[in-house]
Amino acid sequence: MKHTLSVLVENKPGVLARVAELFARRGFNIDSLAVGTTERPDISRMTIVVDVEGRSLEQVRKQLHKLVNVIEIVDLDPEESVSRELVLAKIRVTPETRSEVIEIVDIFRGNIVDVSRESLIVEVTGSSRKLAAFEDLVRSYGIKELVRTGKVALPRGK
Amino acid sequence: MTGAQALVKSLEEEGVEILFGIPGGVLLPVFDALYHSPIRKVLTRHEQGAAHMADGYARATGRVGVCMATSGPGATNLVTGIATAYMDSVPLVAITGQVATNLIGTDAFQEADTTGITMPIVKHNYLVKDPRDIPDVVQEAFYLARTGRPGPVLIDLPVDVSRGELNFRRSERVDLPGYKPTYKGHRRQIKLAAQAILQARKPILFVGGGVITSGASKEVRELAEEENIYVTHTLMGKGAFPETHPLSIGMLGMHGTRTANYAMCETDLIIGVGVRFDDRVTGKLSEFAPHARVIHIDIDPAEIGKNVEAHIPIVGDAKTILRELIQVLRELKKDHPPVDRREWNAQIEEWKAKYPYNYDRSGTGLKPQFVVEMLYQITRGEAIVCTEVGQNQMWAAQFYKVDRPRQFITSGGLGTMGFGFPASIGAQLGRPGELVIDIAGDGSFLMNSQELATAVLEGTPVKVMILNNGYLGMVRQWQQLFYRRTYSCSCLQRERRCPDFAALARAYGAMGITVTDSNQVEAAVREALEAECPVVVDFHVEPEENVYPMVAPGAPLYDMIGDLLYPVEKVHPEKAEEPFL
Repeated sequence: MKHTLSVLVENKPGVLARVAELFARRGFNIDSLAVGTTERPDISRMTIVVDVEGRSLEQVRKQLHKLVNVIEIVDLDPEESVSRELVLAKIRVTPETRSEVIEIVDIFRGNIVDVSRESLIVEVTGSSRKLAAFEDLVRSYGIKELVRTGKVALPRGK
Repeated sequence: MTGAQALVKSLEEEGVEILFGIPGGVLLPVFDALYHSPIRKVLTRHEQGAAHMADGYARATGRVGVCMATSGPGATNLVTGIATAYMDSVPLVAITGQVATNLIGTDAFQEADTTGITMPIVKHNYLVKDPRDIPDVVQEAFYLARTGRPGPVLIDLPVDVSRGELNFRRSERVDLPGYKPTYKGHRRQIKLAAQAILQARKPILFVGGGVITSGASKEVRELAEEENIYVTHTLMGKGAFPETHPLSIGMLGMHGTRTANYAMCETDLIIGVGVRFDDRVTGKLSEFAPHARVIHIDIDPAEIGKNVEAHIPIVGDAKTILRELIQVLRELKKDHPPVDRREWNAQIEEWKAKYPYNYDRSGTGLKPQFVVEMLYQITRGEAIVCTEVGQNQMWAAQFYKVDRPRQFITSGGLGTMGFGFPASIGAQLGRPGELVIDIAGDGSFLMNSQELATAVLEGTPVKVMILNNGYLGMVRQWQQLFYRRTYSCSCLQRERRCPDFAALARAYGAMGITVTDSNQVEAAVREALEAECPVVVDFHVEPEENVYPMVAPGAPLYDMIGDLLYPVEKVHPEKAEEPFL
């Protein structure tokens, strides 16, 4: 099963390298990793999705904790947290398919952020599952390029 | 003041009395500032020597060892020494010079990404970019190195930072929001452990390097004696519990005693203190201690459950936890009838009597084990023993019994050949009045023999005892046992032994003695011990002697091979799987 770890780290140079190096060295695979600032300038939040179980998950958490710059690690419960991911997709369109694609984008509450004669760049936000469903639907039109941010997540308010 | 002066002042405030290193281009400001400092500077002949000396000093004294090297090759030469300290949890602060901040990343002369290179082998490291950070960085580095699970910390200091100016100001105390080691054990867990101990029929106390780091030897002894529990130790735990104590069953693992290994196979309760269940100790993991519940006491939570499942984990400082555990046991025992362990104790005594370490004493050749036995007898077991790595290390571990912590200094985790000799110099400088011996192999000693110059000039009368078999002995042993006796690149000699170690020693101004016969051993050792200078004794031992007993890599602990004097006997009939190497 995939686990989403929300990791608070000191905002210092080299912290990302330390985390990445740790994962590489201990043989843990990262599904996705997103880093960004938080409400506090001295602290960053990493949202790391890992596909590990049991003892390995415990090792990931404990080894991460040993990094001096890591302050807190929370294994987010999917029920008790909100997660989002953003995708930018450059989709091939023709005069015939353009409106169909726009309709799909509307259904997914996406935005069209760039228009050209042969393609649209679309921005969609949501859970990883929603983005996968969107990708699936537009694939037949032709995805010229695509990028996903990786998941970011926060625990729900109590 | 300058950054370099701030560094030196910070080191002095940390109580540093000695450091080991070699200057170089970008480190010149630091060495200039050190010139008038009361800190003793030991100029080594290779940076690796500096790291191992600082390490040996730290292991022998319990204080933080300090080493220094310049940027690029100086720093990379430290790497093996830092990794050695990391694997054995030794408090070390390594300070490296770095090219000026505006040159970092340009492949400048003698530039290497030192913080990047050392990231996986340090507890933490710093690249200092502002001279004003120096006082706090040094304070943090020493704090990190010596607290929690100790380890090496590296400070990389660009030359413009050490030349820069600052007003020396240091924080009142270290504030690291992400670093809060646990010292006190969980009360409920300690109670559970106590109950398990009182119920156990076949308990074993299993102690490692963590006991020595924590200074918990007295508590281990109290626990063992009050509960009448036999004690086995890891290589790193040698000295944590007196090996001459009637409750000691010696080292366990690959070259441990049959008693300890059999006991692990049969025990119903392992009380692991400051151990990490390394593969050299467990043998085949899936068959390790199949009947045992495990109490695991360690300061590093990541060690608990890493290799072996812990039924009762207790995170914290060994000494603190054992103190509490002993108290709880005393309370609980009042209304707890003692479990009858007579059968177990009799079994262990039987093994102990039947399976002492042994070797074939019948031949005429000079046996390496005999040399170590003589060393033990002549020094009355009181020397500080450093070792190299390989057969010499295992024979030292088997035949030189140690009763005190910090008396046996060896590279356990990384297995660094060339460690022992510089470590012995560091140990001697840390404990000047004591006898320090390096039990060496001919292969290992040559890896850092240049430090003979340091030993001679610093006046450290260390005694190097080379068990010279003309081979990379442990490699040869494995080739003999697992590779059809194909001695591929393990033979260090041709028609004659090379070099002449005694002559090499003399070339540096040390004393050199060559021993080729058993009846010369005692006189040679006595002569070496009486000398006030460093001495190298070159014992030409039997070339194809093996370390036994041996658990083949990947085999379970009960499957020990190769005792010459006893038939191979198994507690369990199952066959071991094909060894993995």
